[in-house]
Amino acid sequence: MKKIVCLVSVLVLCVSLLPLNGAFAAQEVVNVYNWYDYMDETVFEIFEQETGIHVNKMYFTTNEDMMVQVRVSPGAYDLVFPSDYCVERMIAENMLAEINFDNVPNLANIDPNLINPGYDPENKYSIPFMWGTVGILYNTTLVDEPVESWGILWDEKYADSIVMMNSMRDTMGITLKYLGYSMNTRDLVELKAATDKLIQQKPIVKAYFVDETKDMMVAGEAALAVVYSGDALYAMELNEDLDYAVPKEGSNVWIDPMVIPATAKNKENAEKLINFLCRPDIAQMNCEYIWYSSPNKTAIENMGEDYTENTTINPPQEVIDRCEFFHDIPDNYLTIYNSFWGQVKNAR
Amino acid sequence: MTNFQVPVWGYWMMGLGFAAFIGLLIAYIRKNRGFRRPIFASPYMLWLVIFTVIPCFLVAYFSFTDPQGNFTLDNFKSFWDSNFNARKAMSPEDLALYESMGLSLDDLGLGRDSINIDTLVFSLWMAFLCTVICLLLGYPAAHIMADREFKLGPTLVILFVVPMWMNFLLRTIALMSLLEDNGLINNVLEWIGVGRQKLLNNIAAVQAGMVYNFLPFMVFPIYNVLNKMDYKLSEAAMDLGCDKWHVFYKVTLPLSVPGVVSGITMVFMPAVTTFYISRLLGGGKVQLFGDLIEAKFLSTSLNEWNVGSALSLLMMILILLSLGLLNKVDPEGEGGGMI
Repeated sequence: MKKIVCLVSVLVLCVSLLPLNGAFAAQEVVNVYNWYDYMDETVFEIFEQETGIHVNKMYFTTNEDMMVQVRVSPGAYDLVFPSDYCVERMIAENMLAEINFDNVPNLANIDPNLINPGYDPENKYSIPFMWGTVGILYNTTLVDEPVESWGILWDEKYADSIVMMNSMRDTMGITLKYLGYSMNTRDLVELKAATDKLIQQKPIVKAYFVDETKDMMVAGEAALAVVYSGDALYAMELNEDLDYAVPKEGSNVWIDPMVIPATAKNKENAEKLINFLCRPDIAQMNCEYIWYSSPNKTAIENMGEDYTENTTINPPQEVIDRCEFFHDIPDNYLTIYNSFWGQVKNAR
Repeated sequence: MTNFQVPVWGYWMMGLGFAAFIGLLIAYIRKNRGFRRPIFASPYMLWLVIFTVIPCFLVAYFSFTDPQGNFTLDNFKSFWDSNFNARKAMSPEDLALYESMGLSLDDLGLGRDSINIDTLVFSLWMAFLCTVICLLLGYPAAHIMADREFKLGPTLVILFVVPMWMNFLLRTIALMSLLEDNGLINNVLEWIGVGRQKLLNNIAAVQAGMVYNFLPFMVFPIYNVLNKMDYKLSEAAMDLGCDKWHVFYKVTLPLSVPGVVSGITMVFMPAVTTFYISRLLGGGKVQLFGDLIEAKFLSTSLNEWNVGSALSLLMMILILLSLGLLNKVDPEGEGGGMI
């Protein structure tokens, strides 16, 4: 008897650990998986008031993290915000659902130049949410010369006041660009050259950071830093001495799209939310909160001259023309990239 | 690469783990004729199995397999030669192409590279230094705190404990803003005429961060032992003619050895596996073994997980060895009572 009681209690314990799926099925929901601090959350409140659909918010910090989560918990996410090259991989792995564009009439507001990008050539799976460039954020009180080339990051004059990006694709990418190669190269000779260049630069680098960079620049801790344009804008708002440039050799232009996983349980609600986020007033709210460039043309026109004439947030066409999208690198080449990046990070 | 799934024998492992656990439980209950004590331990046992035993099996499983789930020892070869996987990933066409160009693997930067071993040795050295510094700083501190004649002892204990209520990451980030070029410490140094120093983004900063974070793990085990020590022993030694130094040398020090050993292990273990502290205070320029493992698991290419598991397994073996050492010297676990 006691044995049975014991077994039952163990079973009850096991069962209680299982998630209670469907306990709240009565309410319409949409499960959003986004970067931290990448949305003005008041827009979700407006969405809930207008449609009655409850938004469940979940967050990730790296693309890699997000990919793993979407793989291992099918059905948990309805709307995801990956980086562009990840979308390419997710399409290749059949992880994404085709968006029904009949449910997204606000697509008309999106800049046609940003639709049909390389990562989603037929534009079936994604809609741009934010976009921007990678460039150099510099402190004009510490840097007298104009910042035109990536080469300034190798200038020993600025020893110990250069902050590089602690991100493999970005840092390898700009070095490849500086050497005149493609950021998506699979040529080992080119990759080796970029690796040597970065190892040569390491003694004059102050630090490799991503999230901490903008605060360091605002505090005047470094003269030059490689940043995303959005981070540059944030820092320039807080410190007037800072300026931003996309070097002449070209750089990375990126888009953060919205996608729906193939396993999504609330696809129509996700499409409603996408359409809502493409509405000019909502796009404007997000743009003013995140400070990245909005792909929403109508929203930009509504925001006035201050905004349309700011070349950091709204780069001219010739800057975009010399930039390049990241493409997904197949696994075997990624392993080689990892090896080279490991050599840079571990060089002493 | 297809969607990741736990391979079939991974499930078998988990199933076997559960079966073994329930079998053990039943056997234990039968032996004790009823469930007086074991039933209270079962929630913890379940916790242990789910979050400790199964993950350990999975780490072992991953380190001996490739992403397709086939048995392999390549992950350990990757430990020996960090470019092993990259060379394996090269396509035959690429190999032929570069050979025809007269470029060897060494020219391409993909010859044998001992990054992993070098980093492990460097991590061990940093952990060793950290332990020595913690011991030198921590023993006197613990001794003063446990001294009955020192009235401020309990206040010192509280001062040591209170910062631990905060998350260690938060404390490390706070340390960052203290040490930066325009930070408080540098402003003070400038004001007193020493001049600004480079305090951040180097090995010394990482070491300082490690000592700062792990010092309590050294102080408390020693304090615990010294505090519980019978004061009459010291008095007796003094009655028999010992001076203060001899009391310490002949009585206090030998009696505090279990605390010291416990402290050494408790500092050395987390110090060897440190990561993140090194990234924040070393500016991403100082890589410890923990950072290496983290990078493997955050990589998009899944076969890096297997290499990361192999590195973790080697790390675990190292820690088990040091735990074994602890058990030899301090079998009753006297020193660890406080934490």
